[in-house]
Amino acid sequence: MIPILRLEAIRHSYGGHFTLDIPSLAIWPGEVFAVVGPSGAGKSTLLRLLNFLEKPQQGRVYLHEKAYTASNLPIELRRRMAAVFQQPLLLNASVWRNVSYGLRVRGSRNGRDAIQQALDEVRLTHLAKHPAHRLSGGEAQRVSLARALVLNPEVLFLDEPTANLDPGNVRIIEDIIRQANQVRGATVVLVTHNIWQARRLAHRVALLFDGEIIETAAVDDFFQHPQDPRTQAFLTGDLIY
Amino acid sequence: MEIFLNGLRQALALIFSLDPDLLEIVRLSLLVSGLALVISAALGLPAGLFLGLKDFIGKRLVVALVYTGMGLPPVVVGLTIYLLLSRQGPLGELGWLFTPRAMIVTQTILALPLIIGFTMTAVGAIPPALIMQLRSLGATRRQVVLTLLYEARAGVLAALVAGFGAIISEVGSVLIVGGNIEHKTRVLTTAIVLETRRGNFSLAIALGIILLSITFSANWLLLHLQGRLDPRHP
Repeated sequence: MIPILRLEAIRHSYGGHFTLDIPSLAIWPGEVFAVVGPSGAGKSTLLRLLNFLEKPQQGRVYLHEKAYTASNLPIELRRRMAAVFQQPLLLNASVWRNVSYGLRVRGSRNGRDAIQQALDEVRLTHLAKHPAHRLSGGEAQRVSLARALVLNPEVLFLDEPTANLDPGNVRIIEDIIRQANQVRGATVVLVTHNIWQARRLAHRVALLFDGEIIETAAVDDFFQHPQDPRTQAFLTGDLIY
Repeated sequence: MEIFLNGLRQALALIFSLDPDLLEIVRLSLLVSGLALVISAALGLPAGLFLGLKDFIGKRLVVALVYTGMGLPPVVVGLTIYLLLSRQGPLGELGWLFTPRAMIVTQTILALPLIIGFTMTAVGAIPPALIMQLRSLGATRRQVVLTLLYEARAGVLAALVAGFGAIISEVGSVLIVGGNIEHKTRVLTTAIVLETRRGNFSLAIALGIILLSITFSANWLLLHLQGRLDPRHP
């Protein structure tokens, strides 16, 4: 099996004076890969590099073992991925039009069933005609997820998708993520500072600290037998940064 | 007060009698300002988008120039274009002076900074992360730009309203480069000046009412469009 995404010899500065330094990282097809770490560790930058939204200053990003950059990634390949960010970033339009956006840019005209299904999955069918700007934070984030799900992405990137949401919405969104992975078969790359969310959702977890991946392990090993003292300290809340 | 009532009566009489001279003046006013608006929008919307989205060295200077342009005195623009198009001027060979073309050029120059400035501000208010979000959903660069323009539609329509309002009611530059020639370059504003000078105040007021009605109708139309396009707008 070859990795769906792979980073090689990445060095990339972010936030003014930090450097992301990742010699190697592979994301495998079908897995939920969570990147945890404190704020400012470089998690969102890592996600943007993996999603070809930013070009690394050094190193390469491979998709299906072929190197691309943010500028030369063919649009057909970009359209096999989708991302959801911490802020829902919805368009000033109805829920339905927001969910249909990715289909419309692809020129797809037969998306009604797919949109309906995505809205059902995020439990917002009843708000289809509602203006997006009148939604609550949780509803808006679920629309943002539906907008990505409707595209049936091969890889789904999630950047702190439940930050600042109430427990009810967190549970719904985690169910949707699980379903995207298990039913739709999407590979999921999840960035979160919530270690318990990583534990609930991920197959593998990586700790990113100060731009470096400290440890990557299967979820049970990561939480029950962390190898690096910094991982142990992060899990117990004793990692001072 | 009576003079205004007379003006109103005369305006209604002129409108309902479909006076051919009046229709000609109205048609030319709409043609000149309409074409100037279309040209300035074609140039100003992309320029405003660019300034609103891109950072580059010297941007602050360009923005300052745009803001200065938003307050350009029409007579100065008219004088400059007059000198450029006059027989001895560098563009004299075009033969555009005292033609509607010269009036369109001056009005385009007057509307352009307004459209650039309003569009730039409207687009600049869109969260930059939205660009990344749209790209991540598979939009091409062109689709991203069109989506951003649509997202900024309230501001873009305000730009068009401001641009049209400024040029349809402008008199200084069109008088200088157009010359207020009957059946050729006479528009509503220059006709008002002429009738006022002649002492035909009722007719001048009548023309003023018609001008205001056109401006109001155009703005009403754009506001209506804004309301339809933007669910947040009343």
